[in-house]
Amino acid sequence: MRLSTFKTIVFSVLFLVNSSIVSASEKKEGDNDKKFDPKEMIMHHVKDAHEFHLWDWNGKSVSIPLPIILWTDNGLTTFMSSAFHHDDSGKEVVEKDGTKFVKFHEKIYQLNDGENAAVFDEKHNLINASKPLDFSITRNVFMMWVSVIVLLLIFFSAARSYKKSENNVPSGIGSFVEPLVVFVRDEIARPMIGEHKYKRYMPYLLTIFFFIWINNIFGLIPVLNGANLSGNIAFTLTLALFTFIITTVSGNKNYWKHIFWMPGVPIPMKIFLMPIEIIGMFTKPISLMIRLFANITAGHIIILALMSLIFIFKSVAIAPVSVAFSLFITVIEIVVTAIQAYIFTILSALYFGMATEEAHH
Amino acid sequence: MDLVTPGFGLVFWTGLTFLFLLLILRKFAWKPILGAVSDREDGIKKALASAEDARKEMQNLQADNERILKEARAEREGMLKEAREIKNKMIDDAKEEAKEEASKIVAQAQASIETEKKAAIAELKSQVANLSIEIAEKVVRDELSNKDKQVKLVESMLGEATLN
Repeated sequence: MRLSTFKTIVFSVLFLVNSSIVSASEKKEGDNDKKFDPKEMIMHHVKDAHEFHLWDWNGKSVSIPLPIILWTDNGLTTFMSSAFHHDDSGKEVVEKDGTKFVKFHEKIYQLNDGENAAVFDEKHNLINASKPLDFSITRNVFMMWVSVIVLLLIFFSAARSYKKSENNVPSGIGSFVEPLVVFVRDEIARPMIGEHKYKRYMPYLLTIFFFIWINNIFGLIPVLNGANLSGNIAFTLTLALFTFIITTVSGNKNYWKHIFWMPGVPIPMKIFLMPIEIIGMFTKPISLMIRLFANITAGHIIILALMSLIFIFKSVAIAPVSVAFSLFITVIEIVVTAIQAYIFTILSALYFGMATEEAHH
Repeated sequence: MDLVTPGFGLVFWTGLTFLFLLLILRKFAWKPILGAVSDREDGIKKALASAEDARKEMQNLQADNERILKEARAEREGMLKEAREIKNKMIDDAKEEAKEEASKIVAQAQASIETEKKAAIAELKSQVANLSIEIAEKVVRDELSNKDKQVKLVESMLGEATLN
């Protein structure tokens, strides 16, 4: 069962990489003698996109169009990403509500008034356009909502299984979910925050644990085009921001005292420690943000880079090596999905525990 | 550089989605699940405590039983002892009574023997008197001729007939 899942994952990765290579090689033909660029391919997969690309068929890209929502100077503008006809080089100009837009490297640009086409300088920078605020439902937002639906389905049916039973014994998916929930409570919240205060933070810790975990897992499923949500710095930034806000809001007198006037050390030391502690307030959530982002992105990059070897060496002989290594890394990544969710949650709990700890000197 | 620049749109949607997820799950999932788990844990704790209580009660009961048994045994012993004592006493009493009765009977017998004896002696005395009279008659008849001899005979006969 598990082995076949791995097999599916590996072959899907192969399939996916293959399909993207096909599109890359097509581009190569178009853009003269450009070589296969692993960096471009990898970045394309790791970064966000405005359409949900599935596969290429007969030289045409098959994808789910997603809505593009822009806040321009003239107000809100919305249209579907299919209006760009899969163009990502700024050639296709879309006119909507009297404003012209182009898509270039997965960014939407608004052409300046009176311009009809995107103009680039020698360094491939757009010179006659500005960037509007982009609220588009991108690939990552789409996958995030899919993950929310999955989470709601899992936990609603789990909660229902408790209601149905008379003696609070779960059944079905509830009995699968309960050990995880109890794990978060007994191994994360209770030891880190303390017996008396942990209950307040349980909903946040549980939600963030399962939200990160499921998105880490979704990032590894190649059929979903590996939407790299938890490896996107905007996503980790937002979650770290939540932890930071909750920590700061729930900080008690003792917490602020430890930051601004460290008890138990001489006065010069207090003055010396104050800026360090203030910086520490911010480095904690920043480390959360970077850790999750870097770990997940790195995993994706390694798997894709190993696959790229086949195309860099232009040899089928290297394929077994690539597959073996990427299988190995994929297995590690499956473990990492849970570990990173656990680390994010336990560190958040630790910060909450520090913020609410009572003085006992 | 693009990779580490957070996109504003995704930050916005992530924040909104996460808040939504947090609120919905808190109300409809975490509350019932955590509530059920802690209810069940409380139930288990209570059940364990009551089992412990029951065990203690059982022990108490057993101790009580033991005590009652011991008491009963002691009581039986006491009763047996008492019965034995009563038995012995009854036997002793009976013996005593029998002895008393016997001695009474003996005394009565002695008394009746005494009266019999006295009666016998009295009869004997009267017989002796009769006999003496008969003898005296014979002697008188015999010796009526000889006066001296008569007196002598009476005296000698009386002298012989000693009263025991």
